[in-house]
Amino acid sequence: MKRTGKTMEKLSYVGKSMPRKDAEIKAVGSARYAADRDFAGMLYAAAVRSPRPHIRIDGISDAKARKVPGYAALVTYKDIKGVNKWPVVMQDYPFLPEKEARFAGETVALVVAASEKAARRAAALVELRYKELPFVEDPLEALEKGAPRVHGEDNVFSTYRIKNGSVDEAFRKAAYTVEGEFSTNYQVHAYLETQGAIAVPEPGGGMTVHSTTQCPFYVIDAVAAALAQPYHKIKILQTVTGGGFGGKEDVPALVASHAAICAAKVGRPVRLIYGRKEDFQSMSKRHPGWARVAYAADKSGRITACRVKYVLDGGAYSTLSPIVLWRGTVHAAGPYKVPNVDIRTYAAATNKVPCGAFRGFGQPQISFAQESLIDELAAKVGMDPLKFRLKNLLKPGDRTVTGQKLNSSCGLAEIAQAVRRRSGWDRKWKSPSVKGDVASGIGFSVAYYGVGLGAGGRYLDRAGAMVNIYKDSSVGVSVGNTEMGQGALTVLAQIAAETLNAPYAAVRVEEVDSSKVPDSGPTVASRTTLMSGNAIIDAATPLRERIFKTAYDLLLAEGADASLPMVAANGVFRMGAKSVEFKKVVSGCWSRRLKMCEQGWYTAPRTSFKNEDGQGDAYVIYSYSADAAEVDVDLRTGVLKVRKVWAAYDVGRIVNPGLAMGQAQGGILQGMSWAVYENLVYKNGIMVNPNFTDYVIATTADKPEYDITFIEKPYAEGPYKAKGMGEVPLIGVAPAVANAVRNACGARVRSVPLLPEKIWKEIRKG
Amino acid sequence: MKSFRLACTVNGERVEREVVSSRSLLEFIREDLGLKGTKEGCGEGECGACMVLVDGKAVNSCLMMAVQLHGKDLVTIEGIKGKAGGLHPLQKTFMAEGAVQCGFCTPGLIVASEALLRRKPRATLEDIKLELTGNLCRCTGYEKVLSAVEKARDEKNA
Repeated sequence: MKRTGKTMEKLSYVGKSMPRKDAEIKAVGSARYAADRDFAGMLYAAAVRSPRPHIRIDGISDAKARKVPGYAALVTYKDIKGVNKWPVVMQDYPFLPEKEARFAGETVALVVAASEKAARRAAALVELRYKELPFVEDPLEALEKGAPRVHGEDNVFSTYRIKNGSVDEAFRKAAYTVEGEFSTNYQVHAYLETQGAIAVPEPGGGMTVHSTTQCPFYVIDAVAAALAQPYHKIKILQTVTGGGFGGKEDVPALVASHAAICAAKVGRPVRLIYGRKEDFQSMSKRHPGWARVAYAADKSGRITACRVKYVLDGGAYSTLSPIVLWRGTVHAAGPYKVPNVDIRTYAAATNKVPCGAFRGFGQPQISFAQESLIDELAAKVGMDPLKFRLKNLLKPGDRTVTGQKLNSSCGLAEIAQAVRRRSGWDRKWKSPSVKGDVASGIGFSVAYYGVGLGAGGRYLDRAGAMVNIYKDSSVGVSVGNTEMGQGALTVLAQIAAETLNAPYAAVRVEEVDSSKVPDSGPTVASRTTLMSGNAIIDAATPLRERIFKTAYDLLLAEGADASLPMVAANGVFRMGAKSVEFKKVVSGCWSRRLKMCEQGWYTAPRTSFKNEDGQGDAYVIYSYSADAAEVDVDLRTGVLKVRKVWAAYDVGRIVNPGLAMGQAQGGILQGMSWAVYENLVYKNGIMVNPNFTDYVIATTADKPEYDITFIEKPYAEGPYKAKGMGEVPLIGVAPAVANAVRNACGARVRSVPLLPEKIWKEIRKG
Repeated sequence: MKSFRLACTVNGERVEREVVSSRSLLEFIREDLGLKGTKEGCGEGECGACMVLVDGKAVNSCLMMAVQLHGKDLVTIEGIKGKAGGLHPLQKTFMAEGAVQCGFCTPGLIVASEALLRRKPRATLEDIKLELTGNLCRCTGYEKVLSAVEKARDEKNA
């Protein structure tokens, strides 16, 4: 490369809306999701679930189930060859319970039968003898002394503290203070494809598992542990995945392990595909959150202090709660310069469905609280809330509440200004209108998001890739992070094609096969473009050198003028009037017997954050969002309609603008749907509405108008200077909507979702 | 269990099959016919992922019994094709507009849009929005879905 000098100044694919690699197979219906796969001799599994929130298991009998035609086997914890602990963060969740089940819907056993219908019928006939035990539903009650015990001595899965400066003194000296309690309800992922896996036994005790998942390497950890087999006998093949949003981070490992335990017992392929109701009842959710937040400001309107107590409802097992809470903790004061902070956070255990990852990962709940309260603080100071934010926002060179100094890739002020300008903020915020019974208003919010796992997952933050250039010049790329709808296969193909100067059409990125690429950590935290992208560049760089050298030699052999620079673009290499195509260059490489397959590896830079004092660099880099929402509120009924959302993001350089737009629109609607409609209800420890009839998500009719701007602050370490995109658009929507409702009709609603009755009550209070 | 000799057309071909009376149309399509492009998202008619055309109308196949197909014409996503047999205009616009993300809702959305454009070739944006409220999509925020249907409508009328 050094020899061929200054090539690649103009990018061929990165920064362009290249067509989605998997769009056609999905549009014609030929993409094969987990439930679409079939294997000779395959049997079907169905779960037997706990009917009550907390039980002691006294016996499980299949005497009646055996009579169902096609019945094959009952599978309980006794069939687990390995240690009966699902290896996730804290290992408190057994694959199958032995003595106690801790939430209604927990799998206590499985049955295997010749058809799905037979398996479900048999599961319903399995008799579970149990004794009910005391249970706790409310996370704040769970933290009180004397509450029924779900976890340890105090029902606390984890707790963190970030303390800096002198908060009490700052509040004493403050010119203005505000304080408020806020809460948010669950959010169900509602991926259109439910959870599922097919486990296929291999000779000699091995197992191949076809799994719909974001995290094939969590699946291999779990399946190997459950079967007590070495990893090299277990292969995880990610199937085309019908949506994840965090919901297919951890729990697919549990579902796949159940399928594998069944398959190991019966010695035949076993398919376990969830129905929608059991998916609601037992799979992970966004944690309900509760927070008490207080801010202090000086006379000039500068924020001087922030105090937070933040509690997440973790459910019956810890799963990912410790790391969800950690991310929420780090971001809890908002993207502001705050010299004095005291943030205390807790993940509480309750006898309900275990909560885990969901786009935003512990941030949307606390962002709703702190961004609502920032509006109230601005009102006390007597400032426009957007201008108040501009005065306090983090800028390059500023330090976050953990003491992390921000580098130049921070476009927070610019994105806030972009939204201000595009939404007509200055005029609209000052003059909310009432026409007839409909009040209209506008609200604003900002958020920041640490890209990747950061210090909370520093030992997992690495990724591998394999780039294999075949003789015919087609390029196969294997990675360890997954496509779940977000467009990873496309963006990663762009990065590979760009680095190799291969034609885009020649590059194919495959769904993850755990045997091809080393453990690359999870596909979460908006880390795939950054981590897998850099791993691909690492693998492709030596290949690029061989290809470029060969191209150079071929061009000289064709009589090109050696004094001219070689220009490589769109799969063609040129020197003056001479040119050679990628295909011919690859053929030249093969005839020189060059190595045309390479492995790549990328590890995230070091993070210095320490839990002991809550100080240090928490993440390697941050992405940023600003949102303005315009709403109509019916003053008679409290019914809320979000009319338009303006958003601007700094997510570094954009690899594919079309896909980035899709992430933005989808994230905004998911955030709006959570803020306005989605309301999962528990009553006496039982989920009341586990279906799409009674749990409402936004449809085409509810969709607001979108106005989206990207301000690209390059990140030097990122692949082609990209950061991370996926989660950023969801986080700030709920507080922008809540602040708009306040602007429209004076109602300050402090809990999500903003149901009509809540708004109506606040309007009536006046 | 009672079984029934079912005669119908499937994607233009005559089909006769023995089906039990409890078989849903969705099970018939996926398991008996092996056409896996039609998806099950909820099994109770709320999400639209299992939509197919029966005599040209979009129906949730999880809510219809297979025997009700007797004498009728079924088109699944595998039968949605362009005039020359290649991609259908809706498939092309869904791809070009970026209306496909995870893809699980896509066959149902294309089927529902096709039913609307057959019935109402000049459907307005409001018509499209209303028609597609029965098709849940959790990825796209619907913007690109709506523009894909509008583009296909405009091409049809051009």
